[in-house]
Amino acid sequence: MTDHIITPAIENRPVAFTQAEIGWTPWLKPLAEDDLTEAHLAGLVEASRAKSPYFRLLVRDPQVLEARTKTDKDIFYNTRTGLPRAERELAATAASRSNGCIFCASVHSRFAAHHSKRGDDVQKLLDEGVEVDLGDRWNAIIAASVALTATPPTLGDEHIERLSAAGLDELEIADVIHGAAFFNWANRLMLSLGEPTPTVQ
Amino acid sequence: MTTSTPDIIDLLAGIKPGSSLDRIRTQRPETREQAQKSYLALFVPDTIGDVSLVERQAIASFVAGLHRQPDIFEFYVNPLGDSEENRWLVEVLKAEIGAAQAVGPYGQYPAGPLSVENAQGLIYQVSKAGHEALGEKLAAALEHAHLLVFRPRDASSKALQALLDAGWTTDGIVTLSQLVSFVAFQIRVIAGLSLLAASARRAAA
Repeated sequence: MTDHIITPAIENRPVAFTQAEIGWTPWLKPLAEDDLTEAHLAGLVEASRAKSPYFRLLVRDPQVLEARTKTDKDIFYNTRTGLPRAERELAATAASRSNGCIFCASVHSRFAAHHSKRGDDVQKLLDEGVEVDLGDRWNAIIAASVALTATPPTLGDEHIERLSAAGLDELEIADVIHGAAFFNWANRLMLSLGEPTPTVQ
Repeated sequence: MTTSTPDIIDLLAGIKPGSSLDRIRTQRPETREQAQKSYLALFVPDTIGDVSLVERQAIASFVAGLHRQPDIFEFYVNPLGDSEENRWLVEVLKAEIGAAQAVGPYGQYPAGPLSVENAQGLIYQVSKAGHEALGEKLAAALEHAHLLVFRPRDASSKALQALLDAGWTTDGIVTLSQLVSFVAFQIRVIAGLSLLAASARRAAA
């Protein structure tokens, strides 16, 4: 059987950055939940991810998905030391805003807003873009994330110095780098394998 | 195989055992291990599936070249250059990289309030000579890699159709997408940590 693309008919597709819960639909066929083998389940890492068409599409290469998922979880959830979760999510949101991933930005701006209690500032980043002024510390994190997101990357000594001046130590700066870098992985998958769908009422 | 492969991010970021950045990475052992496992899953996979090892090295070399990272380009292209059978690819890839340079991200948003942020840039197509040398499947992969690297917001189901038309399968497209996106991540971790290491060395001097 020849493989084929899916062209979903979407009404009111999201056309702006938002913190609202929106959906995502694939352009290629995910595996069916019933067809998942042990190897696929290992690739999904969490059984609940079998509900997601995004992960059931990526699980067609289970070895990569498993390592990708574990990288993702450690970069964002391992917050015993280093940068607070809110600011890792800010780096993810800034990268997603810069690359133009409306879906990724919606998820991670919600996390950034929730963990920082600065929902209005996060909304300004979505509405006004990456040049927004949100105070020295957030400005430094956003600027570094955006510079690292550029191709070729334009992150320079001045960005490191600015993060350091804003009070981040080396481990925290490394966390900013990983948070922004990871979204240069995630944005490209989300943007190229499907598209956002409106909020489910 | 796994135990004999050095940590690629440490290698390419010049992170020496016992250095300040080594200690930083030691505090994130899972990130370090899983980034390495991601690399191995893509370049030393348990099963080759629908994307050959030569295709994987060639596409990663192209992605590193687009990011203008000579050391990372060399790292990915050297296995091709070392092989009698694949050496011809090196010059073809260099020529394509030369013609594919751009500054990203750029591209179009869906029509609406973000349209004012639309930015134009190169829509790369493999040269005629490159196409003849690389063949349909690899040429299509390079064009898709360029799309993902510089203008991911231009991605579309049509772009995936072009890959299917060129002989890619759905499974192969998933691996290709992971590969290009992973290398985009890996390059940025290496670039960021290299800068941080240099800054730490200056502070210690």
